[in-house]
Amino acid sequence: MLMDTVLFYAFAALVLGGGIFTITCRNAVHSAISLIVSLLGVAGLYLLLQAEFLFAVQIILYVGGIMLLFLFVIMLVNLDREAKERQFSRRWVVALAAVAVVGAEIAYFLYRGRDAFHIAEAGVAVPVAAALGNTEMLADSLFSEYLLPFEIASLLLLVAVVGAVVMAKRRI
Amino acid sequence: MHPVTTIHYLVLSAALLLIGTVGVLTRRNIVVVLMSIELILNAVNINLVAFSHALNNINGQVFAVFVITDAVAEAAVGLGILIALFRNKETVRADEIDLLKW
Repeated sequence: MLMDTVLFYAFAALVLGGGIFTITCRNAVHSAISLIVSLLGVAGLYLLLQAEFLFAVQIILYVGGIMLLFLFVIMLVNLDREAKERQFSRRWVVALAAVAVVGAEIAYFLYRGRDAFHIAEAGVAVPVAAALGNTEMLADSLFSEYLLPFEIASLLLLVAVVGAVVMAKRRI
Repeated sequence: MHPVTTIHYLVLSAALLLIGTVGVLTRRNIVVVLMSIELILNAVNINLVAFSHALNNINGQVFAVFVITDAVAEAAVGLGILIALFRNKETVRADEIDLLKW
């Protein structure tokens, strides 16, 4: 139990530290590296939450796929000039104020509703389908209950692939 | 030391969501704005998986899979738009892209 707590705080530090560096770094490549750190932290949290399939997906898809895409685009568009300029928009005070209000709201809701989560916590003690693996349970649910959304998601990916190619092509 | 409960994950996810929102609203570089959107979507995923674990229900993880799919599609199309934009306007600064303003 102590190990879990220590690991949680370590991964949380990775997630939040990586996130903060992502939005403050001057160089976009540094931002991308920080984003990798943050996403790896999220993957560790998935492992702590016993979502092993999502852990693998997170590393393969995000750290392998999306980050490669980001790094390619950063190399493709010339960002040397941007790095020497002002990084934040002029209205950052307004943005920070708005985010502070939303943060206060979320904090208030979490504080008021903190007792509601203990009821959910009682369910952890009995792992019902421990015989089935995490991937197996996920596949069961995905291919029976959520079959139509699954197919729609595949269609969405097809559209995204075609759209990205059309968008980035010089002349169709 | 307190054991880690669902509320810890919710607080962490809220913090990550706020960091991502600050990035989206304040950064001028569109590449970093797209990265901040990834941060926001990951915050949502932490929330979903935490509840999936707490309620011992796999459906939260199924939704997380769908959110990841959306994030991938969004990143691919967004970066494609970014490349087309850079080719036409020679800029990746969010406040200089004002084609729809007059």
